[in-house]
Amino acid sequence: MKYLFKSISFLTLVALTWAMTSCGGGNQGGAANNNSGSALGKSTAERVFVAPGELDEFYGFISGGFSGQLAVYGLPSGRLFKVIPVFSQDGEKAYGYNEETKAMLQTSHGFIPWDDSHHPDISQTNGELDGRWVFINANNTPRIARVSLETFETEEIIEIPNSAGNHSSAFVTENTEYVVAGTRFGVPIPQRDMSIEDYKGNFKAALSFVKVDQETGHMNIAFQVLMPGFDYDLTHPGRGKSHGWMFFSTYNTEEANSLLEVNASQNDKDFIAAVNWKKAEEYIAAGKGKKMPAKYAHNVYDEATHTATSTMENEVLTLDASELPGLVYFLPTPKSPHGCDVDPTGEYIVGNGKLAASLTVHSFTKMQQAIKDKAFDGDAYGIPILKFEAVNAGTVVQPGLGPLHTEFDGKGNAYTTFFISSEVVKWKLGTWEVLDRKPTYYSVGHLMIPGGNSRKPFGKYLVAMNKITKDRYLPTGPEVCQSAQLYDITGDKMEMLLDFPTVGEPHYAAGCPASLLMKNSRKIFKLEDNKHPYAAKSESEAKVVRKGKNVHIYMTMIRSHFAPDNIEGIKVGDKVFFHVTNLEQDYDVPHGISMLGANTSELLIMPGQTETLVWEPKEVGVWPFYCTDFCSALHQEMQGYVRVSPAGSNVPLKWSLDGEWNQ
Amino acid sequence: MKKSNILMIIGSLLLLSLFIFPLWNITLEAPQYPTPIGMDIWITKIADHNPNDVKNINLMNHYVGMKKIPEHMKEFDIFPWVIGAMGLLGIIFGFMGKPKLFLFWFILMAILGIAGMYDFYLWEYDYGHSLSPKAAIKFLNPDGTPMAYQPPLLGSKKILNFKATSLPMTGAYLMFLGMFASLIAYFVGKKENA
Repeated sequence: MKYLFKSISFLTLVALTWAMTSCGGGNQGGAANNNSGSALGKSTAERVFVAPGELDEFYGFISGGFSGQLAVYGLPSGRLFKVIPVFSQDGEKAYGYNEETKAMLQTSHGFIPWDDSHHPDISQTNGELDGRWVFINANNTPRIARVSLETFETEEIIEIPNSAGNHSSAFVTENTEYVVAGTRFGVPIPQRDMSIEDYKGNFKAALSFVKVDQETGHMNIAFQVLMPGFDYDLTHPGRGKSHGWMFFSTYNTEEANSLLEVNASQNDKDFIAAVNWKKAEEYIAAGKGKKMPAKYAHNVYDEATHTATSTMENEVLTLDASELPGLVYFLPTPKSPHGCDVDPTGEYIVGNGKLAASLTVHSFTKMQQAIKDKAFDGDAYGIPILKFEAVNAGTVVQPGLGPLHTEFDGKGNAYTTFFISSEVVKWKLGTWEVLDRKPTYYSVGHLMIPGGNSRKPFGKYLVAMNKITKDRYLPTGPEVCQSAQLYDITGDKMEMLLDFPTVGEPHYAAGCPASLLMKNSRKIFKLEDNKHPYAAKSESEAKVVRKGKNVHIYMTMIRSHFAPDNIEGIKVGDKVFFHVTNLEQDYDVPHGISMLGANTSELLIMPGQTETLVWEPKEVGVWPFYCTDFCSALHQEMQGYVRVSPAGSNVPLKWSLDGEWNQ
Repeated sequence: MKKSNILMIIGSLLLLSLFIFPLWNITLEAPQYPTPIGMDIWITKIADHNPNDVKNINLMNHYVGMKKIPEHMKEFDIFPWVIGAMGLLGIIFGFMGKPKLFLFWFILMAILGIAGMYDFYLWEYDYGHSLSPKAAIKFLNPDGTPMAYQPPLLGSKKILNFKATSLPMTGAYLMFLGMFASLIAYFVGKKENA
């Protein structure tokens, strides 16, 4: 009897469990199943599972931080698709190694193989993501790059003069009129030899407005606003009603030059600088801009020649904020604000005071009234400081420790990351009440909601980017990966769905619906549009030309051979240029080439493209080259030889085409 | 003008649509080609179905030693004249209005059509059988004979990793409709004359 009773209880339990599991399984959409859904592991897994052959709903462009690159992920799966080289050399793609892209990494300081890429931002039209380009900043040697969202390649890099540590960048205005750059260091402008101790009052800071050509995307520095030498940390554009303004957070308004962790943390309030760029345009039209000498590189990649060129610019137009009334106002904001975020309506400006326990939110409407009423609390170097009470919209009280960044879901909610307390906090705009909090693993920096920096966020997922992972993944020695975490934000409460490792430091990200980009993604480069000066567009154009010590090989590649594939008459001391054209016109058929002993990377050449590898042979012998991308069933046969003779040799220059020698 | 005459003239004009639309299509499907590659056969040329398809078919086929798809064939010189002449003849017959001529035109078209299909088959046979002796990949049939890669005349066939499908296209369907119209014109004409 006892046994029977036990059996019945067990069966009942099984039945109940089955019933609950079925309910959970039927609720895949993710919305409003906070309690039942997340309690059952299977349901959460299903919500991030993109079945083999199916596609992700969103693209995520996650910067690589100190890797200098930009990685492309799928969301919600967290799968990595591509690492786009931007500011660092990449041997895999020959970026910064081949003759065509070396110019991309030129600066006024010469060739720089690395940088620190921080903030990607997708171009906008009418305040909505338009999917044309993604911009990203270099933090160390100040630059802004533009990446094409057709080719997913870096097309342009412009250096920012008078700037040092371009952190508050590369955010776009709502019609991509400008992409902005700032400076996290005050520096002598122009640079000169002076005592560091004379920083206060003598160093300055430049906020740069880089104009974007709407057709080509080409960038040029329209003007720089010269500011007091504070540290300008982050920025966001006004939108909607506040379009025409740009908001920059500052720290070190103390103007300390040493031990900043203490000396720059003394003021109770630093500022958010509100820059009226439409006013700046008026001043420029009125001739108030001053040209000053400045040396900076402007590098543009031409898709027709598959080649980048670097031009050195020599002057920049400046506007002095201390001399031009109405151009800049300071909004006092407690405790070294880091993130400076504007909500989708353009009304609220959130200052994330990183040393404060509360979040300060300013009102654009109140700011305009305060300007009208001249509700000033003195000035800093001639720039009016607005009264805190006159601009403050509200405070989110004690939401967590160390607020860094805020994004929005377009439904009246804001989400803020807290580095010290390692969590994401959801709160309500207007009422400032905290609605939910979820831990991150660990020490979150930025967060991203696709479209979160626009008038129209896609409030389905939130990606939190963590600086520390410790025990979250299998250990890999002292250096372990950093990570991103995906939350479902469709319900009242956030739900963590996925935790995935990232490339480099996932500093910040931009995301958009896959449908915005998929249809424009390029499949091949048309061979007939190839304008590379050394392209061989058919095997009949393949040849070898000697010009003194320079030997130019016009080579083609197609499944599964090189033309030419045997070359003789090369001598020690020659400089050999392999100009290699991929003749394929089929999707996803790249070929590679690598030369034994060449002091450079391989080439990885897309269909229809031409790239150049330089080899300076130092040893006599017969040296092989081969295709590095597994292109076909006969990939392993795709190889060839170069004969290298002694320096004074009279071996004639000849090359093989279709099994026959040519001279 | 009588109904049958109009029908005959329309039928003849439909034949001339072969100058505007392709006649036939051969499509190759394989897992690596989520978008199948195909060639469209016109009365004047063999063309890409999607850009670069012919180039990519040639690239695939060179591994087993198949010849390139010809850019020019003698048929491309003959077909336009034959189709043009038949179209013109049909229109003239239409104006003359004799039902027996309509039937004659239909039978002539059917003979020419069969001849055309036979010619197509011969080309396909040669294309699939005359292989380069230096081919990188040589497959044998179970009986030891060299494998051939002849595409089907009509319908689908598995060739190694590809599924090859051969089907008429718009031009051919309009031609069939035109021939059918001439046949109807014959019967309608006979009734009208009775």
